[in-house]
Amino acid sequence: MELSEHIKTANVEDVTLRRPFHPALRGTLCVTSHHLLFSDRKDEASWQLLILLKNIDAIEKRAVGSSGTITIKCKDLLVLQLEIPGMEECLNIASSIEALSSLESVTEMYPFFYRPSHLTLNGPWGLSSTEQYYKQTERLWDRWRVSTVNSDYSVCPSYPSAVIVPREVDDDKLIHSARFRQGGRFPVLSYCHHRNGMVIMRSSQPLTGANKKRCKEDELLLQAVIDGSELGYIIDLRSAQQAQQARMTGGGFESKSFYSHWKRIHRHHERGKVVQESLIKLVEACSDPSHSVDRWLSKLENSKWLSHVHSALSTAGLVVECVERDGHSVLVHGSEGTDNTLLVSSLAQLILDPASRTVTGFLCLLEREWIQAGHPFQQRCAHSAYSHARLKQECPIFLLLLDCVWQVWRQFPLALEFSEALLLRLAQEVYASNYGTFLCNSEQERCAAGVKENTHCLFQSLLRPDIEEQYLNPLYEPTDLAIWPSVHPQSLQLWTGLFLRWTEYAQNMEEAREEVWSIVKEHHEQAGPDRTNNTLSTHCDTLTSFENLMDELTIL
Amino acid sequence: MEHIRTPKVEQVKLLDRFSNKSVIGTLHLTATHLIFVESNSTSAQEIWILHHHIASVEKLSLTTSGCPLLIQCRNFRLVHFVIPRERDCHDIYSSLLRLLRPVSYDELYAFSYNPKQNDQQREEGWQLIDLAAEFERMGVPCDQWQLTDVNREYKVCETYPRDLYVPITASKPIIVGSSRFRSKGRFPVLTYFYQEKKAAVCRCSQPLSGFSARCLEDEHMLQAISKANHNSRYVYVMDTRPKLNALANRAAGKGYENEDNYSNIRFQFVGIENIHVMRGSLQKLLEVVGTRSLSMTDYLVGLENSGWLRHIKAIMDAAIFLAKAVTVEGASVLVHCSDGWDRTAQVCALGSLLMDPYYRTIKGFMVLIEKDWISFGHKFADRCDQLDPDPKEVSPIFTQFLECVWQLTEQFPQAFEFSEWFLIQIHEHVHSCQFGNFLGNSQRQREVLQLKERTYSLWAHLLSEKQNYLNPVYSPSFAESHPVLEPSTQACHFKFWRNMYHQYDRSMHPRQSILKQVLTFKESNRELEGTVQALKTKLQKFGVSTSPLKPQTPPRERSLPPRPQSLILGAPLLSRKEVQQEEDEEVFGEEAREDAPASTDGERTVEGSSATENGYGELTGSFGSKNEPAVVTLEFGVARMTC
Repeated sequence: MELSEHIKTANVEDVTLRRPFHPALRGTLCVTSHHLLFSDRKDEASWQLLILLKNIDAIEKRAVGSSGTITIKCKDLLVLQLEIPGMEECLNIASSIEALSSLESVTEMYPFFYRPSHLTLNGPWGLSSTEQYYKQTERLWDRWRVSTVNSDYSVCPSYPSAVIVPREVDDDKLIHSARFRQGGRFPVLSYCHHRNGMVIMRSSQPLTGANKKRCKEDELLLQAVIDGSELGYIIDLRSAQQAQQARMTGGGFESKSFYSHWKRIHRHHERGKVVQESLIKLVEACSDPSHSVDRWLSKLENSKWLSHVHSALSTAGLVVECVERDGHSVLVHGSEGTDNTLLVSSLAQLILDPASRTVTGFLCLLEREWIQAGHPFQQRCAHSAYSHARLKQECPIFLLLLDCVWQVWRQFPLALEFSEALLLRLAQEVYASNYGTFLCNSEQERCAAGVKENTHCLFQSLLRPDIEEQYLNPLYEPTDLAIWPSVHPQSLQLWTGLFLRWTEYAQNMEEAREEVWSIVKEHHEQAGPDRTNNTLSTHCDTLTSFENLMDELTIL
Repeated sequence: MEHIRTPKVEQVKLLDRFSNKSVIGTLHLTATHLIFVESNSTSAQEIWILHHHIASVEKLSLTTSGCPLLIQCRNFRLVHFVIPRERDCHDIYSSLLRLLRPVSYDELYAFSYNPKQNDQQREEGWQLIDLAAEFERMGVPCDQWQLTDVNREYKVCETYPRDLYVPITASKPIIVGSSRFRSKGRFPVLTYFYQEKKAAVCRCSQPLSGFSARCLEDEHMLQAISKANHNSRYVYVMDTRPKLNALANRAAGKGYENEDNYSNIRFQFVGIENIHVMRGSLQKLLEVVGTRSLSMTDYLVGLENSGWLRHIKAIMDAAIFLAKAVTVEGASVLVHCSDGWDRTAQVCALGSLLMDPYYRTIKGFMVLIEKDWISFGHKFADRCDQLDPDPKEVSPIFTQFLECVWQLTEQFPQAFEFSEWFLIQIHEHVHSCQFGNFLGNSQRQREVLQLKERTYSLWAHLLSEKQNYLNPVYSPSFAESHPVLEPSTQACHFKFWRNMYHQYDRSMHPRQSILKQVLTFKESNRELEGTVQALKTKLQKFGVSTSPLKPQTPPRERSLPPRPQSLILGAPLLSRKEVQQEEDEEVFGEEAREDAPASTDGERTVEGSSATENGYGELTGSFGSKNEPAVVTLEFGVARMTC
């Protein structure tokens, strides 16, 4: 079925649009295959609102006399109201939105149609590949290699075609290890610490099952990871009890007797539905302004969102402690190794690695640890907080990551090169985007759908100098140290920038931020900006000549 | 001095409140301070605790490592010492017990504190704030309001100031009659005048109405207030208590205004709880946030159960109601509670702050506190437990006011000239008894104590350190476009004030501070401009034209001006090189957590006295020995036992 067949009424005149903290507007509403367009009727300087249909999470329709009202709730948490004259038009529009906002087929989605004039499809897609990353990271060359055992995605459908593994483990062993891990996600290198060469590995759970099966190759692989040093840590993102229970369904954990050099630590993390429901509850609590303080606090608590933030940051801190302070390598996994595992490993890298705190570094981190590593974005981000649809695979783990990064930024406002704006942009793009970056669930699927050939890359476009500037942190001052966040509940806060995004409060904050920008800019102008070294040196030059002049004059 | 039996104890262990770390040092007891000096020579941190700041001392039962001494301070510091010998511990304990309970005002620190100023400077300090000038600024006296001398000798009301402003039509007999009908004689007087609409904010205490009593003079008084405002036909009477409390007061011959007896009033209960509820609430709050390894759930549930933020919101709601009535309706408002010195002060002060941008400046905020709190007789001595303590009188009423202001600064980052450190510093000194401003319960008492002759003014001290309290993003143009603040009262905007209640728990603070960074930038911008200007004029003297030269200066690294050692912003900003050094040290010490940025962000130095005066800096709280033992106490709690 053609997309246009879903559209029964394409145009409605005299529609009233209501947005929070804005006066109501009258204008024309259009529905296209991928967008909802509202435009103000005034001819000159007409104002337009363009919403990707994919961004719409839920709609509610209500009849008032002969006209109808549609409430549109977006995945970026914006809520709009449209008053449409004519019941039939209203119903048509609503059904078009319903059908077109929940397209299943990837190639029908907007990124495949988005063709801005300033971008060409032949440009590079993505920022880096496993091979490139390996080449750039000299400290890996000695003991690690790139394996292409998964080049046809047969060993592990959710892994990229190339992964980094210990040099001494051959592909054959990897295949065996993959058979012993859920979804074939055998342990691969995620990060190698620049200070001491210790690594963070990630995988899925071992399939030990009820009768404690073992896999020699898997054991050898992990042995090769710690290579002679006496100890490694396995951070299991389930409670000990959950890990035990997993054995009943074929999963399990690394037993002490077979992995004698690894110490297992269990940390309970909620996953899947529970986290999704947290988001729903939190957004619901935030959108009701009439709550008393007590009710608000109890709803905030009840949502458990901040508890998830708390445990993600604590576990990431724990990983960092093992690597940086204790000097041991770490293997992180939960059950599937596609959600919390990635959350913890990427947060740990942000804390440990100064390179991942720049704009480029952070985007590369996301690309490596989320997109290439096979976080199933399409399933996880099918719906956001407003949808009434029955939950399937939805889970806002990526949003949780962004929240955690925000908390780190709050505590180290100078250490990250990017600002909150980048996190907000990503939070929006991951649910609905013009770009192909977050499409599909794995590299294999992206290849099959031709994502790289037929869509534009978000990360590439974010890095264009004129765009990147919007996302820079004016106060950035790189530090080589690990930035350990405090995880006391008192140190963590609700991410108002995201959850109270559409309120007046956000506007005051925005103004204050601009003020900070202008002070810093003034400072940079006067004191000489760090980033542009040329101007810096010219400043110095002129100053020196100035001083020389002064000296001469005094001598005279 | 005769109370100090053991002036010095060595090998005392200081335990960190939220982790298992500890440091060893020497404890000194002086007439004014308890001082802990860390033995480790490289990082030797010092902690100075003013005796007046100590709320309680507790001797816990003996352990194998010594005798624990738990000291809780009014500025929310909590220190836990372990003293090796029981006898020393007992000596310190009993000395402290005596020292922290001064029996007369003369024993308070303010009377011995000497910042090396001469009498003239001291006098000037006290003259900084002039309330008569403040009323003049508001436009009073005017054709409707006048200064009355009825309380010149404190004969009508002991707890009011000498100078009071009343409606022109309120004659002396009316005033005296009204004061007899009001609790503690606190009759309705003007506290803020909103010139634009000629609307007045007045304050008083509850009427002694009982179940049916009335007083014609009091009714006249309210009518006079009403008549003084031509914009509105009625006066709002805000009873800031919950209705139930007001009703209960009737049985004691007190109560609230009966709308039938007063013409043209609109009566309104606001529902702010009393001092006892507030005291209990804060206690609960502190218990919750003082818990070690607190979970998020327990934290949020505890925050809710303490009710603290609910009370803060109640005060804010009342102030917003007041501001709206005055600015939107142009009505005059009379505010009272029971005695009119706690909730009334909160609501009047906060309401005025919402209405008048002047009170959001540093000087203006001082004036506001001087007016609504100090002169109108908020009982600082009782509420802050300065002398002869009655635990039932202690209550964090003023702290709540400061917190409300903080909540506003969070919502309107550009509206205030000062940052939260200003509020925290004021809080510090309300309890320190180092300056004369907050001593005693009323103006009259302060005069008897001759504070202006014998002590120094806090305001002068704060103004001398003004640059440390500035809010870098303050924008006077914001004040012009938003003369009246309209804060959101949505519950999610009421947040826990970590920097107040955990001001000494450094592990909880952000590791880097935007505030400080921007402040430094701003300051250096100003200085650079100055330098350029100076160079230009110098050049001009030599007859050289400077036209093509833009302001040029060396790169930032070298151009950071040394920050003054301040109480709040801590040690002077380290130069790049030093920072690097520290970073290196820290890394070797396995303590990257307290990394360099931490050492430059807001930490405090000496309690209740300034670093400039003592030259002490409580260095970064990198608790814990540099060489951590093999089994480290892991911050994120590697529970190795669970392996």
